[in-house]
Order: sequence, then C-alpha cells, then structure tokens
Amino acid sequence: MATTQAAPATGAKTALDIRITVNGKEYNMQIEPQETLLEVLRNRLHLMGAKRSCDSQVCGTCTVLVDGMPVSACTYLAYEARGKEVTTIEGLMQDGRLHPVQQAFLENNGFQCGFCTPGMILAAVSLLRENPNPTDEEIKRYMRGNLCRCTGYVKIIESIKDAARRMNSGAA
Amino acid sequence: MKRFQILEPRTVAEASRMLQEHGDAARIYAGGTELLLVLKERLLHYDYLVNIKTIPGLGGIDWDQEAGEVRIGALATHREIERSPVIAEYVPLLAEVEKKVANVRVRNVGTLAGNLCFAEPHADPGTVLLLHDARVVLETATERRELPLAEFFIDALTVALEPGEILTEIRVPRTPPGAGAAYTKFGHLERPMVGVGVLLQAREGTIIDARVAVGCAGPTPRRMPEAEEILRGAALARVEEQLAAAGEAAAAHCDAVDDLHGTAEYKRHLVQVLVGRVARQALQRIKPIA
Ligand SMILES: Cc1cc2nc3c(=O)[nH]c(=O)nc-3n(C[C@H](O)[C@H](O)[C@H](O)COP(=O)(O)OP(=O)(O)OC[C@H]3O[C@@H](n4cnc5c(N)ncnc54)[C@H](O)[C@@H]3O)c2cc1C
Repeated sequence: MATTQAAPATGAKTALDIRITVNGKEYNMQIEPQETLLEVLRNRLHLMGAKRSCDSQVCGTCTVLVDGMPVSACTYLAYEARGKEVTTIEGLMQDGRLHPVQQAFLENNGFQCGFCTPGMILAAVSLLRENPNPTDEEIKRYMRGNLCRCTGYVKIIESIKDAARRMNSGAA
Repeated sequence: MKRFQILEPRTVAEASRMLQEHGDAARIYAGGTELLLVLKERLLHYDYLVNIKTIPGLGGIDWDQEAGEVRIGALATHREIERSPVIAEYVPLLAEVEKKVANVRVRNVGTLAGNLCFAEPHADPGTVLLLHDARVVLETATERRELPLAEFFIDALTVALEPGEILTEIRVPRTPPGAGAAYTKFGHLERPMVGVGVLLQAREGTIIDARVAVGCAGPTPRRMPEAEEILRGAALARVEEQLAAAGEAAAAHCDAVDDLHGTAEYKRHLVQVLVGRVARQALQRIKPIA
C-alpha cells in the first residue's frame, strides 16, 4: 500500500514500519517520518471525517482521539500513533447504532454545514469521558479549540448536555 | 513537510551527542506542537529530529521535600501539569494557568519545557514560573548546570541553551505558605497579548514579599522590580492605594513592542490596568500568617 520514496540526501533510509489501530482495526504500514496522522487517515485509509482546515491546531476540524485523547491530526506525526489506538468519527458507531453524542447532535440540531462536526463530536466524547456532568462553563472551556463558522455554539452546547444526560441515564 | 529522519535516543547523553554530531541539521523534538508548525511552513528544515520522548525517566512531576520545590520533567505535558495533585498542592497558580493554555489538543501533546525552550513571547507559564523563582536544569553528555529561568530567557525565540544542551527539568520552589498569587491574560487572537502575574505575602499586616511579572507584552517575560518595590513593605490595609503606582511602574518597564496583537501603547495600558486587577485578586487569596 505504501510507496517507498527515494532516500534523502543523507543517504539514510527513512521509511518506518509501524503498527497502528484505527477504529478497532489493526494496520501494519510503512510510513515516512514526516507524514502526519491526518495524511495517513485521509490518503491511505480514506477516512475523510477528519479534515484539514487551519493546519495549525487552532480550528479543531482535524480532531481525532489517540488512546482516547484528542489531538490535532494535522500537526501530529503518524509515527506518534505507532502502537496506539486512533478513533475517528467513522469509528464511533457501534453495532449499527450511533454513539450517544452523535445521536444527541442529530436530535438537537448540533450542526449546520457539518464541517466542524466530526471534530466537535470527538472532542465532546473525550470531555464526557473525563467529566460526565460538565457545566456550561466547563463545556465552553473544553471545546474552545473547536471552531464552528456557522456559529451554532448554543446548539452544540445543548447537544453535549443532552448527550451527557443520555449517557448518564444509560440510554442511548 | 520535507523529509527528515527521526532519531530515538535512550539517554540524555546519547541525545546530546546526536545534537553535537549533526549540529544545525538536528533539532530536539518533544511534543512537536511548535516545531512541526515551523517545518510545515518550511520556515526551517532539519534532517534529523531527535525525539527525546524515547528517553526513559525524562518525564514526571514530583515534590522534592528536602529542597521544598517541585520537579517537572522535560516531557511533562501541559495536561499532566494541569491535572497533577503535586502542582495543585504546591504551585496551585501554575495548575490554574496551565488549564487555560492553548486548547486541549495542544495541551495533550505540548510540553512545558518545549514552551519555555521555544520562547514564543505570547505564552503564559514562563510568567508564572518567574513569580516562583523557578530554575531550569540544562544537560549535555558531560555537563549539568542550573540556571534561573530569568537568565534562560534571552530574547524572543532565543534562550540560553548551548549547542547539545537539553533542558531536562524545571524546578519550582513552592508558593510560600500563606502567599496569594494570581495571573490574568488578555488577548483577542489565539495566543495571549499580555499576561500579568502577582504574588503577595503578608505578615502582621504588612506586605513582606511582593512579586510582579509581565509576559507577552515584550520579547521575554520579566519580573518587574520597580513595581515590586512599591508594594513591598506596604501596610496590608493601605496597599490598595499603591496599586496604580505599581501598575504604572510595570507599564513603564515592560518593554512592550508593537506586533500583530496590538500596539506597544495599548499593551502598556493593559499592563497598567491588569497589575491592579491581578494584585487585588492576589490580595484576596492571601492567608495571613502569624
Ligand atoms: C494553537 C496554539 C495555541 C497556543 N496557545 C498558547 C497559549 O495560550 N499560551 C501558551 O503559553 N502557549 C501557547 N501555545 C504554545 C504551546 O504551549 C507550545 O506549542 C508547546 O508547549 C510546545 O511544546 P512542545 O513539546 O510541543 O515543543 P516542540 O514543538 O517539540 O519544541 C519546541 C522547541 O523547543 C525545543 N525543545 C523542546 N523540548 C526541549 C528540551 N527539553 N530541551 C531543549 N530544547 C527543547 C525544540 O527543539 C523546539 O525548538 C500554543 C500553541 C499552539 C499551536
């Protein structure tokens, strides 16, 4: 799957063999050290939920979870995910059912154009794992690195609070 | 990004030798939240990134009872510091400020050491660490030295690291018992435009220690001895009357520069206002000691 490109000027071979788990599936692949996780997810695995937008860790559209922790895949080397578990929006659904955070975003109109939504939902999943009952203030602080240009923040906060209720009551 | 090779040292000595061997072609790589941005922009290129995260024992946050200080390992991320019980107990202001650095993704990956070594002026923790007289430990394969953080910061994006040197730990004396400390930042872009920290300690109704630090406004964060002098020795009941003068002194000495975030004049105004505001908050946090 990977193409090994010509060696750099230093003459050293740079390609790396890594094992990485994405959405529960294990992959052995050969990557270049400078490849970002976002490039690997989109170009090699064709997972298009995480997007490149600001490319500088500000906007949050490339948010994915690595061992459960949100990172900016645009500025995170794929090398760093070696031996780790990556979750993208494509991996949240289980047994044909949407994750409660996804369901809550749907039912509360937590998005308009949807561009920021994968990042929003993954950040919210991580927030609720750390803090199952966040206040509005805590939601705003945690989500401040995920931008929505449709300015749908009120609906997003409502979605997250609804997701918390669903998860705490055990019902999806 | 242009192609590079990642080197994986197992010890600080090995990492230092790699840096020495490759000179300007190599750079330390920790969280990469700053370095990878610079490489993506193609502002700089290195053939080798020396990944210090493969060095065992370079992380961690512990309390050194004998020295009365907290030791923060070079690999400690902002997130680890903000959630550390040791930091919450002994340097609570640092935990409070770390919670508001960048966003959760940058904090998960970025290290405090990387923040200090990059010395981007629009940063928060350096100002809080200066309030606590923090020191940094710098090591090569053969030497180890300690430097007050105030001497580590030289200019915007410039620190006192010698070739082959690695910042291995940050040592932070605990907040003096009973002292009140506070920090506030202000800005309208992603990173702060001005950050002000104040630490006050009182005994028998008198301010016995006053520390004021200003960050972001100028090229490096700095303590403001001119403002501290005004507050030190003041009666606790009347210190309020000194705050305007202290703010003016800090504004006059903060080396504010014009940049994308604002004009020097605007920053001086903010420093003046914030010193008073932050000092009031520090005063409220004082627990008087006998
Ligand atoms: C979107 C965004 C918002 C931000 N907002 C804020 C903010 O509000 N406040 C704030 O304070 N900061 C902010 N930052 C800065 C952030 O704190 C730093 O990016 C981060 O801490 C750098 O750490 P790192 O481990 O990723 O460093 P790296 O990128 O790995 O390294 C940075 C530099 O330091 C050198 N280096 C790293 N570790 C060592 C070491 N142990 N010894 C010697 N040299 C070393 C590297 O060679 C490199 O030159 C922001 C950053 C981003 C991207």
